[in-house]
Amino acid sequence: MQKNIEAKAVIEVSNLYKDYQTAAGPFPVLKDVNLRIENGDYVAIMGPSGSGKSTFMNILGCLDKPTKGKYVLDGHAVATMEENAVAGVRNKTIGFVFQGFNLLARSSLLDNVALPLVYSGIEKPERHKRAKVLLEKVGLGKHINSRPNQISGGQQQRVAIARALVNNPRLILADEPTGNLDSVTSEEIMALFGELNKEGITIVLVTHETDIAEHAKRQVRFLDGKIVQDTLTNSQLAEVL
Amino acid sequence: MFTAMLGEAWHAMGANRLRTFLTMLGMVIGVGAVVLMMAIGQGAEASVKRSISAMGSNLFVVLSGPPSMGGARSATGNAPSLNVKDANAIAELDGVAGVAPVTMGKAQIVFGSNNWNTDILGTTPSYLDVRSWYLSSGYAFAESDIRSATRVALIGKTVAQNIFGDDIDPLGKTIRIKQSPFVILGVLDSKGQSLDGRDQDDTIIVPLTTAQRKLFGNQLPGSVRQIIVQAESDKAMAMTEEGINGLLNQRHNIREGADSDFSVRNLTAIANSAAETTRTMSLLLGAIASVSLLVGGIGIMNIMLVSVTERTREIGIRMAIGARQRDILMQFLLEAIVISIVGCLIGIGIGVGGAVLVSIFTKAEVIVSTNSVLIAFSVAASIGVFFGFYPARKAAKLNPIEALRYQ
Repeated sequence: MQKNIEAKAVIEVSNLYKDYQTAAGPFPVLKDVNLRIENGDYVAIMGPSGSGKSTFMNILGCLDKPTKGKYVLDGHAVATMEENAVAGVRNKTIGFVFQGFNLLARSSLLDNVALPLVYSGIEKPERHKRAKVLLEKVGLGKHINSRPNQISGGQQQRVAIARALVNNPRLILADEPTGNLDSVTSEEIMALFGELNKEGITIVLVTHETDIAEHAKRQVRFLDGKIVQDTLTNSQLAEVL
Repeated sequence: MFTAMLGEAWHAMGANRLRTFLTMLGMVIGVGAVVLMMAIGQGAEASVKRSISAMGSNLFVVLSGPPSMGGARSATGNAPSLNVKDANAIAELDGVAGVAPVTMGKAQIVFGSNNWNTDILGTTPSYLDVRSWYLSSGYAFAESDIRSATRVALIGKTVAQNIFGDDIDPLGKTIRIKQSPFVILGVLDSKGQSLDGRDQDDTIIVPLTTAQRKLFGNQLPGSVRQIIVQAESDKAMAMTEEGINGLLNQRHNIREGADSDFSVRNLTAIANSAAETTRTMSLLLGAIASVSLLVGGIGIMNIMLVSVTERTREIGIRMAIGARQRDILMQFLLEAIVISIVGCLIGIGIGVGGAVLVSIFTKAEVIVSTNSVLIAFSVAASIGVFFGFYPARKAAKLNPIEALRYQ
């Protein structure tokens, strides 16, 4: 059964609703969202502010829970999982990359990258070995003992990506990963994502910049809590044709 | 995993050293105070206990009553109302283990060019048994010395020190008490201070009859100042006291309801109440010190709450990359425990150091027991857990999304 599902989708979302509780009563953010993302896909989620794309992303990352609807991740219905199992999913199945990098300011880059491994119960020598390999992969092998405030924003985002990759996740979720970066650095980061996707990692990223979204294979557009468009990107179309 | 978390806790403490130090200070002072107060209290208890065991166990003292001259009553113990025959009669009572009639006075003693004024105690050989008083050298006088009122003496450590010094062995030497020569048969073991602080080694013991006839004279033939009575056991005390009262009332022809010409005092009860007082005192000291421990614990809780709020975002990040609730809980709990335990270790050091200083400067006895250190340590660890738990749980229950958005 497991094998069967693996061949199919990493993410399967059906009839998903999310309401925020406000003083004026429930406010719907996501209304009946349905989405299926295949293994190895590279999806850009787009849409204006308030369209619900970030909320959707948080639900995909198991950081938030939907009000109603079904979310099957890697063959498991997230709603039925208990808290510790969800933490395990965040730890092993998903790698999250944030707009604000979200590194621990007090820890070295090496410790930052190795942190998820602490929560998977891996011993220190192995943790450091794996973190070092990944820091080298993102081009920061020489800075392993630096602190996050000693390197540039682009470098910090690379560290965050290394941290997301350290537990060999099947899925990378990136919420506006280039939002705080200049255009040159953004291109470098997107190139890195492209490489990772070629290695077989499924990538879902949220952005509101069209040129960033062009790096993906598929674009999903949100408006007022609904998916209004789901197309292949131009580059992908060109390849298909 | 655990060592990694311990490292994190250490790291977090190092990140804000002054704050960590001040938080710890509450623990340091609390534990230091507890260790020091317990040391002082236990020292006081021990010295009282030693005084009690030096006094002898299950003791009564029967004092003669105050003499009454035309309505003016003098001090207790001055009337010649008790005598050796009373003592012999008491010895026949059930439950009595030993009896020693005592007469006493002060006298000047001389050896060579040294002289000294001390207490002279006239009694029978059983006195030493009753008081559990042993000789450090020589031997005691015997019943035959009582019968013939020989001039022999047992000398206390303080007296020996003062008239013989360190170099001369007092055994067999002849001293003069009130101009009469006395041969020293033995040197008494050191008894130390009595409960009221009197030096019990500043004493010379001579046969009862010698004291009565040759030193202090006698108001009535055979009269004594007091009779010391030892009961066979703790349980026999009440019965013995009743027996003595009945017997002496009968012997002295005291009618029911009339004033007795003697009084019976339970020395053991007095000693026990002294012990009880010190125990209460050390409990009180401990209780006061524990309050500062409590305050220290609240300080830790306060800082941990601030720390959780400050690090809300960090908690969010940790949750987003896979920390379980119990990981977050453990992280903050460990931090609180590490602060308490490190503070506790420093506090134990300060408490022990303080105890040493107190004993040096006040000469009072202080005892730092392993128990008191263990108690302080376990209480400190529990305080870390108790006061660290609420903030840690608060951190663990945070919603990851809200924590990540926290600015």
